[in-house]
Amino acid sequence: MLEQLEGSQAVARTVALCRPEVICAYPISPQTHIVEALSDIVRSGELAPCEFINVESEFAAMSVAIGASATGARAYTATASQGLLYMAEALYNASGLGLPIVMTIANRAIGAPINIWNDHSDSMSQRDSGWIQLYAETNQEAADLHVQAFRLAEEVSLPVMVCMDGFILTHAVERIDLPRAEQVDAFLPSFEPRQVLDPAEPVSIGAMVGPEAFMEVRYLAHAKQMQALDLIPQIADEFEAAFGRASGGLLRRYRSDDAETIVVALGSVLGTIEDVVDELREQGMSIGAVGLKAFRPFPLEEVRAALGHAKRVVVLEKALAVGIGGIVSANVRLALSGIQLHGSTVVAGLGGRPITAASLHGLFTRAAADELGPLEFLDLDWDSVEQELRRMRESTRSGPHAENMLRDVGTVASRSH
Amino acid sequence: MHAGMFEVRLHGRGGQGVVTAAELLSVAAFLEGRHAQAFPTFGSERTGAPVTAFCRIDDEEIRVREPVSEPDAVIVQDPTLLHQVDVFGGLRPDGYVLINSSRSIDELGLAELAERVCRERMVTVPATEIARELLGRPMPNAALLGGLAALSGLITLDSVAAAIRGRFPGATGEGNVAAARRAHDEVAREREAPARA
Amino acid sequence: MTDPDTRPTKQIRFYQAGSFAVGNRLLSPDERTVQARTERSNTLTSGHRACQGCGEALGARYALDAAMRATDGQLIATNATGCLEVFSTPYPESSWQMPWIHSLFGNAPAVATGVAAALKAKGRTDVRVVGQGGDGGTLDIGFACLSGMFERNDDVLFICYDNEAYMNTGVQRSGATPPAARTSTTKPVGEEPGNVFGQGKNAPLIAMAHEIPYVATATVAELRDLEEKVTRAMAIRGARYLHVFVPCPLGWGAASHDTIRLARLVKETGLFPVFEARDGEVTEVSKIRRRVPVEEYLVLQRRYAHLFKPKRNEAVLTRLQEMADRNIRRYGLLPEGGEAAGLPGDAGAAAGLEEVRAAVAGEAAVRPTPGPGLLRTIAGAPRGLR
Repeated sequence: MLEQLEGSQAVARTVALCRPEVICAYPISPQTHIVEALSDIVRSGELAPCEFINVESEFAAMSVAIGASATGARAYTATASQGLLYMAEALYNASGLGLPIVMTIANRAIGAPINIWNDHSDSMSQRDSGWIQLYAETNQEAADLHVQAFRLAEEVSLPVMVCMDGFILTHAVERIDLPRAEQVDAFLPSFEPRQVLDPAEPVSIGAMVGPEAFMEVRYLAHAKQMQALDLIPQIADEFEAAFGRASGGLLRRYRSDDAETIVVALGSVLGTIEDVVDELREQGMSIGAVGLKAFRPFPLEEVRAALGHAKRVVVLEKALAVGIGGIVSANVRLALSGIQLHGSTVVAGLGGRPITAASLHGLFTRAAADELGPLEFLDLDWDSVEQELRRMRESTRSGPHAENMLRDVGTVASRSH
Repeated sequence: MHAGMFEVRLHGRGGQGVVTAAELLSVAAFLEGRHAQAFPTFGSERTGAPVTAFCRIDDEEIRVREPVSEPDAVIVQDPTLLHQVDVFGGLRPDGYVLINSSRSIDELGLAELAERVCRERMVTVPATEIARELLGRPMPNAALLGGLAALSGLITLDSVAAAIRGRFPGATGEGNVAAARRAHDEVAREREAPARA
Repeated sequence: MTDPDTRPTKQIRFYQAGSFAVGNRLLSPDERTVQARTERSNTLTSGHRACQGCGEALGARYALDAAMRATDGQLIATNATGCLEVFSTPYPESSWQMPWIHSLFGNAPAVATGVAAALKAKGRTDVRVVGQGGDGGTLDIGFACLSGMFERNDDVLFICYDNEAYMNTGVQRSGATPPAARTSTTKPVGEEPGNVFGQGKNAPLIAMAHEIPYVATATVAELRDLEEKVTRAMAIRGARYLHVFVPCPLGWGAASHDTIRLARLVKETGLFPVFEARDGEVTEVSKIRRRVPVEEYLVLQRRYAHLFKPKRNEAVLTRLQEMADRNIRRYGLLPEGGEAAGLPGDAGAAAGLEEVRAAVAGEAAVRPTPGPGLLRTIAGAPRGLR
């Protein structure tokens, strides 16, 4: 059913169709519209039986989800940025216990400096937590991925985070084809837990495991993610058959099969990239794009197959591993072990800086001319950086970086002398 | 970017319904069977702060995700922004300008801009006054959408009305629809016989 | 079985004349404690790795067996990281004979909230939830989650086993560590030997400030009292909190055979008030039977040895006694007409006996009318000889 609605609303309505039994939510921009909408849906009785719990922190949110999931209830929560970090301990706990919780991440930068706008630093920071990570390119895909996520989580007994760009997707109003309840019910059977707290059959969950067995238990988490490498495309195929559109999967190729230059990225920026690819193709450039849909597990084979033939690969990522460089590109490089090609990491869009078609046009043109270095920063104001570095050299009490640089930009009023 | 894409940028202040305007515009386009994408820029949400929203409309799926930097139309809901924010930045030479004001383009000090773009495509309409009269509240967004329909033909008045009614049921919806219609008619008249400065 | 909530508070004479011995071997079988019954659940069954004399193991067994009986075995437990969790589930064994989950250190109350929510969504309101943890997990790192659970009035009984330090990690000071006590991070060196005289964190009072349906304190010295409180709590829906004093021989430097004695002494000194509260107001206070000076309690524990050797620290001892005195005043811990002097059977005890007879004669427990201030209701509280 086609509707023109906000991404957050589409996600909320679709999650509701998945019949979660416990929703626990703590507000954080830019996820708030999702949980507010779900609160309404539960209160009105449209989604029942479901307990909606307003928790006192994100750490509590994930903990409540853990308790609920361990009791055999389908559990859901959503967060972003600082909230995801606050529940970091619980993330590892949930995945270590094998609880099939589904969580939306409205991707947002992590402070300091505090920033409410989009980038991928939050979900990237938790890439090793054992959670499966899926990235949506559009709001349609974001909604669809939640249906697939519950199915995937429960089949493989691992929690899944569905990542969608905060504000850019969550707060954008666009055309969405919302699934019907019967469709979702047919696709998503009720939750049959692998382990459950039940007085009829008591079990102890969460016991300490010593050196004798920890490696094996930990390996099982990895083994399950390896299983997911097969399950993710399988579920995506079944989804396409049932709902009539392609959504999810491990990755998506866009005009890359014969491309000399391939751009790799995740999330909504792929839309802009595809437009620019079309423009450049029209101008005769051999260029394509590969959009990663699953980041964990990382589809090493599929990435290798998609990129191996290229002359150069540009990984455009909305995250920065301070002290070394790219995060996505490091994973991509692993997939390309042994293959000789020109690779470049481009860090872009941190803290919500818009990634424009014009900038990408220039970037890809330089890439095709092999002018890109190994690590580039798109649209970085080098003058501003230099000025601050100079300030630091000149004085020990140089002041907070953020205030200094914002003053340069003109955002902060000048100091009164 | 697809050649057939039309991009609108809306400027206003928090509390004036700028974001809603962009959304309703996208719904109007949707109702006409077109693709539309609406989204705001975000700052700390507080009443009175400048707010910018965007709407792209196209016959094909819209993939691009950046803010609108070269709008085909600019709507200014609050004229106090005119000399405070670069509301016309990137405006295309054949672009449309719709400003919420009872004053004329010249009276607003925009004669110079009018030389750069199409003078006939620049219109002011007293949307706040119209809203106050027909809606009982100084909320100009619906009226401006009606004005945009008349000015650019991007969407029809009927689609705007349907979008409004879909979001605001009852008397509120009808009041907004009336305001949209009034502004639409005034702009249509203005375009046929532009007022001299 | 009569509703434990409306039974007269005392029917049974505990104390054998001429001694302080307590026993119920003369009781009819149906009035025995849960622990005295052969069909008790043994929820925390034998084989766990607790230290000899562990108060927490005792408290957990008492509490959970009572809870299992009260709920007909329809019970799920969440457990914070800590001694109880560690010694009860040494890989690859578990001594829990109930569904049990350990998640993290600071989230046992939140996990319990989640369990309760799931049960509610599934219509399994017959199954109840107990959350449990030590003082560290409950009062420090888990405090936000505990407060959230209280504030929402989630249907969870949370039990804190308070041994007054982070025992499992090596006896470090917690928010519950009493003043002057030695821990590995509050050694008796420098100007303030042992733990400082801080503000304290009175968890039962904080729980009462949330006005939850039921709050109670108990010790492992009074089995029946603890069992009754758990039973009473399980008859109530909503957020409930039970704070149990559990001596730790290893952490306190006490003899492992002194666990029960220490628990009795902490009450009899007035250092640990034993009471119940409903909806934010104290409704029942367990009176001190034979008051003792705090020193009698302190000398049994090496964590207070520095207060006595190489020389007595009169200033600190006085302050500790004042704390006890204040509790006695605040909570009305002494029976009216002064303390029972000497042993039961004496003149002083005869007065106490009159109270018991009056209670048995049919005076139901009277709920005092709520008055301003948390503790002023104690004046009208029924007198129990416990």
